[in-house]
Amino acid sequence: MKTIDAKGMTYKELNEKVREVVASGEKKIKLINVNGQRYIADAIDKPVQIIIEGVPGNDLGAFMNGPTVIVNANGQDHIANTMNEGKIVVHGDAGDVLGYGMRGGKLFIKGDVGYRVGIHMKEYRDKVPVIVIGGRARDFFGEYMAGGIIILLGLNASNNSDSRIAGNYFATGMHGGVIYVRGRLEDYQLGKEVAVLEPDESDYKTIKKYVTEFAKDLGFDAGEILKSKFIKIKAVSHRPYGNLYAY
Amino acid sequence: MKTYQLPEVKIERDKDRCINCLVCVRQCAFEAHKVDDEGEVYSEDEKCVACQRCVSLCPTNALYIKDNTPFVKDNANWTAETQKYIWKQAETGGVLLTGMGNPKPYPIYWDHLLLNASQVTNPSIDPLREPMELRTYLGSKPDSIEIEMVNGEPVLKTKLAPQLMVKTPILFSAMSYGAISYNACEALARASKELGTFWNTGEGGLHKNLYQYGPNTIVQVASGRFGVHSEYLDAAAAIEIKIGQGAKPGIGGHLPGEKVGEAVSQTRMIPVGSDALSPAPHHDIYSIEDLSQLIYSLKEATEYTKPVSVKISAVHNVAAIASGIARAGADIIAIDGFRGGTGAAPTMIRDNVGIPIELAIAAVDTRLREEGIRNRASVIAAGGFRNSADVIKAIALGADAVYLGTAALVAMGCHVCQKCYTGKCNWGIATQNPYLEKRLNPDIAAERLYNMVKGWSHEIMEMLGGMGINALESLRGNRLHLRAVGLSKEEMDVLGVQVAGSPMA
Repeated sequence: MKTIDAKGMTYKELNEKVREVVASGEKKIKLINVNGQRYIADAIDKPVQIIIEGVPGNDLGAFMNGPTVIVNANGQDHIANTMNEGKIVVHGDAGDVLGYGMRGGKLFIKGDVGYRVGIHMKEYRDKVPVIVIGGRARDFFGEYMAGGIIILLGLNASNNSDSRIAGNYFATGMHGGVIYVRGRLEDYQLGKEVAVLEPDESDYKTIKKYVTEFAKDLGFDAGEILKSKFIKIKAVSHRPYGNLYAY
Repeated sequence: MKTYQLPEVKIERDKDRCINCLVCVRQCAFEAHKVDDEGEVYSEDEKCVACQRCVSLCPTNALYIKDNTPFVKDNANWTAETQKYIWKQAETGGVLLTGMGNPKPYPIYWDHLLLNASQVTNPSIDPLREPMELRTYLGSKPDSIEIEMVNGEPVLKTKLAPQLMVKTPILFSAMSYGAISYNACEALARASKELGTFWNTGEGGLHKNLYQYGPNTIVQVASGRFGVHSEYLDAAAAIEIKIGQGAKPGIGGHLPGEKVGEAVSQTRMIPVGSDALSPAPHHDIYSIEDLSQLIYSLKEATEYTKPVSVKISAVHNVAAIASGIARAGADIIAIDGFRGGTGAAPTMIRDNVGIPIELAIAAVDTRLREEGIRNRASVIAAGGFRNSADVIKAIALGADAVYLGTAALVAMGCHVCQKCYTGKCNWGIATQNPYLEKRLNPDIAAERLYNMVKGWSHEIMEMLGGMGINALESLRGNRLHLRAVGLSKEEMDVLGVQVAGSPMA
């Protein structure tokens, strides 16, 4: 394992160093004293493991294509932006617009996330991106979602309205993919393009598969989480705006 | 109730010439030509879109498409068109949809600008006998350069930003695979390679067969992020962040599900038949700082080896926005005027939002010069360039190069019927229907594109030579070579040109 001390480094210096180490064939890299440097693991296409000590900056793992990134702190905005393959695990909370246009791979966040998470995720055949959030989410969760799987666990949510599991405009404009929520959502929280369904056996199989992996990575008891009831959110139509126009 | 609407065109069939061969029936995807029970061909005027496909292919020249603008009681306000729009909406409650660029009779400033030529003094140059340089480098230029002497030889010490080299200041505009057919994309790619210029994927991703044209490809990253992944970014010569489009400033895009077949589905990573929705904003860009973040995210992803362009539509505050884009780190600013084309846009937005590209080029060039940052980014202008004279005038106003969209489609066979959004393009261009797509032969289309740009480039050399200039660089932003006719003082002030007849002071 190679350790890089990021103290005092600009993002450009740090990422150049990371790329250099990846190119040298190193399989495991540890970044210490990371303090807000952006674009870590941006577009790296080797299956390396990158462990980050400290808070990485925005666009962590953007366009990433293969690495496994473990953040032993909170994350910031735009993690897994247009990510293609690989895995990012954040042992804390994370910010806004996570997994924007994500095409593949996995993003696991232990705690809460901000606004517009999982926007415009996509899928094609067996290439299906997955996001699992341990905590709660803010508004516009899964907006414009076109594919993939998102699981929102809300392990720290309560009935108190200040700590509800998700914000408003949930899955607005969704036209593909699926979202599973542990618990329930009120009708007023949902975008008008989606319906709430009862998960079937195959849905619970999917939930079990990813929750088990998530719990193992982040130190939760999967059995305990899976005891709860989930709901399934899906788009009513592949063409939510098909009737918008006068032909 | 459905209001009967008189057809806008009339199909005339010369029965003496018609041999009932049914070519017109097979050619019309809009089903304007039909066969009756006795095998006789007939036409339905109301279905005709005036694309002229049947007229062009009729072997006996028996068909004519004629204007049949419905007569409404004389009224400049309530024209046949305004009434038709209301009826359509009264019946559907929908948003009016259209294709191609703004067709309204707004002023065309190109036609009010005239070029200079040399007479007696500063003699003109004949490009047939003397070297004439159209080559242009697009990208960020340094504020100054440092040179050091190594073994008695001068060596450039300054590290230059990556540049796109074009042999002529004409590139092909972003048109996505999905909006246009695979064959149309291939023709653009091949013509670009032959011409030493670039085509632009739009936001539809890059079909795997076209990766071989990567060195002549600009790939787009837009709000829907369709087809964006590291190989796509690596394959390209440059990356363009699409913020806006001249035909529909401020809104996103909906590629209708009808155009999302198996191959488009694979390139865009969305299910077959589903609408490809591009949100109005990039959800990771709400400020110039955020834009800068995406620019550098793309530069990091490609290790600072490719220029990053940012495309915006020309809107009221375009000069200040362009300044922000240059400061955000973009190498190229692409500006699309309000006549820019589209595969589909709401009619009211296409016809009423944005500003003319002529004014936008001048405003942006002036602002960037005033701020001393004109060198930081090249400017590519787009939006309705019709001929080489428009192109050279754009260069004189301050653009580094231009993007051609509609002109390229017309070169391939488009007759500007404005029905791209239906997916029924009879010319095989704006369609994904395999039966229609086959009509566009990429060999022939590439050759036609090549010919058009070659002809325009030669005309540009002739006009440059006429001005006594032997390199395009010397004309860029040189507005003394333009004079205005029929414009107001205010318009001339924005354009930075003087009235025709004023001296070369």
